[in-house]
Amino acid sequence: MELVYQVMESLLPFSWISFDFMKNALLAVLLITPLFGMLGTMIVSNHMAFFSDALGHSALTGIAAGVLLGVGGSSLPMLAFAVLFALALNKLRERQTQNTDTIISVCSSLSVALGLAILSRGGNFSEYSSLLVGDILSISPGEIGSLLLVFLGTLLFWLLAFNRLNAVSINRSLAASKGIRVRLMDNLFAVLIACVVMLSIRWVGLLLINALLILPVASARNMAANMREYHFFAVLFSVFSGVMGLLVSFYINIATGPMIVIISAVIFFATFLYRQAAG
Amino acid sequence: MTVPYRKPCGLHCVKVSHLGVELDGQKILEDINLHIHCGKLNVIIGKNGAGKSTLVRAILGEIPHTGSIEFKDIKDGKLRRMKIGYVPQKINIDRETPVSVYDMIASYSSRTPVFLHRSRREYERIKKHLAVFEAEELIDRQVGKLSGGELQRVLLTMAVMDFPNLLIMDEPVSGIDKNGMELFYDKIEYLKEHYDMAVILISHDLEYVRRYADEVILLDSRILTRGTPQEVYASREFKNIFGNIAYEEKEGML
Repeated sequence: MELVYQVMESLLPFSWISFDFMKNALLAVLLITPLFGMLGTMIVSNHMAFFSDALGHSALTGIAAGVLLGVGGSSLPMLAFAVLFALALNKLRERQTQNTDTIISVCSSLSVALGLAILSRGGNFSEYSSLLVGDILSISPGEIGSLLLVFLGTLLFWLLAFNRLNAVSINRSLAASKGIRVRLMDNLFAVLIACVVMLSIRWVGLLLINALLILPVASARNMAANMREYHFFAVLFSVFSGVMGLLVSFYINIATGPMIVIISAVIFFATFLYRQAAG
Repeated sequence: MTVPYRKPCGLHCVKVSHLGVELDGQKILEDINLHIHCGKLNVIIGKNGAGKSTLVRAILGEIPHTGSIEFKDIKDGKLRRMKIGYVPQKINIDRETPVSVYDMIASYSSRTPVFLHRSRREYERIKKHLAVFEAEELIDRQVGKLSGGELQRVLLTMAVMDFPNLLIMDEPVSGIDKNGMELFYDKIEYLKEHYDMAVILISHDLEYVRRYADEVILLDSRILTRGTPQEVYASREFKNIFGNIAYEEKEGML
């Protein structure tokens, strides 16, 4: 880690880089934001924005379950709960007996309520409030390590499976006719979103995590004409707003998550105007 | 044309026996028997909810069914592994989604991740196949911005580019103009003559069916009747489903 710090200090001749918490935060941003840009493209294509939002909210129940089990500090119960939640939602979506949005909304509300009910026992919810807006400045080197693992895992999955995910997204029957295992791809993708969302939620915040998944992608859609441009712009906008958000929040002393989202939104409106002008 | 093709031999067939589908305790399809020869256009017609799409999904192996679907070589009676090409009724690509025709086709046909790199070889191969359907100039266009007819030709290319034994087409209900429809059916004629495969089309346009189909299958949970368009259109079952008026109108057009 010391070596990484030294490299960062020699590469970035700014005063803020002398703080270790800023170096950690910058590393975390550089790992999380490209992932969000990539995953977001497929979430938007699959009309899963609401799904990923519900997943984020399920973190509350996961954490509450951890507290009940006496392992409050660990992200493991949260992760396990989110994966189960994602698979269960997928199962319900497949049945399609009711409107998908309605089902997701019911499950999401229930999990938020359950989480809040348990965490607010004894009136001390305030100690969990950082979960809502996130606190990237408190990330530790060990936690950056687990982000790095998720980053590499996702990248590998994307390289191996993206074409098939895209095929399923375009038309399930068509994908099935080409021998693609449609349900397996659905479930793998849902589990991947669950992992990425759960491992970043402490730093980004429950209220804002979906904005980070969707906004850079929405901007990229205003600029791109094919998949390569789509990914390029989504990752570019995501990383840019992440890094800028971190720096601006450092200088004007506000929470990082909201600043990142504000910058993403500004980019969205700029690209929207560009697109209008370009016709 | 540079794509190698095989003439239909008339000796392969797809045999569907006693196929049935039940969903949530409700019988959607029962006792479907079909014998589909290569080089013939088989059209399935029926009103909404008759089970046309369910039949397609069962043949594609997407939903569980009873009975069997076999691909046979009539000459030696041997069973073979069946390759299916499918043209869906609609696809999930919005107008704004940045997916080009190359991206879409390569997602199904190639392992090179389309978000990272455009494979030169795959690009040329896809272009060659698109050319069969006069669609090679569409390769870099955004899929969401194609016209109904253009999209139809791209989807057709995708379905036949790895030479399936069975081609299943779900015709779109709307969005294709008269010109596009003519071109589409002309292309099916072409496929019948130049590719060695059986063709099943689900159609909503009785007029085109009358003109182009070799065999018509009238479906309503079961197969009500089947035969040449003339036979089926004159049948009592057809009149029960589509009514006399529709039938007489079609008659007047001839």
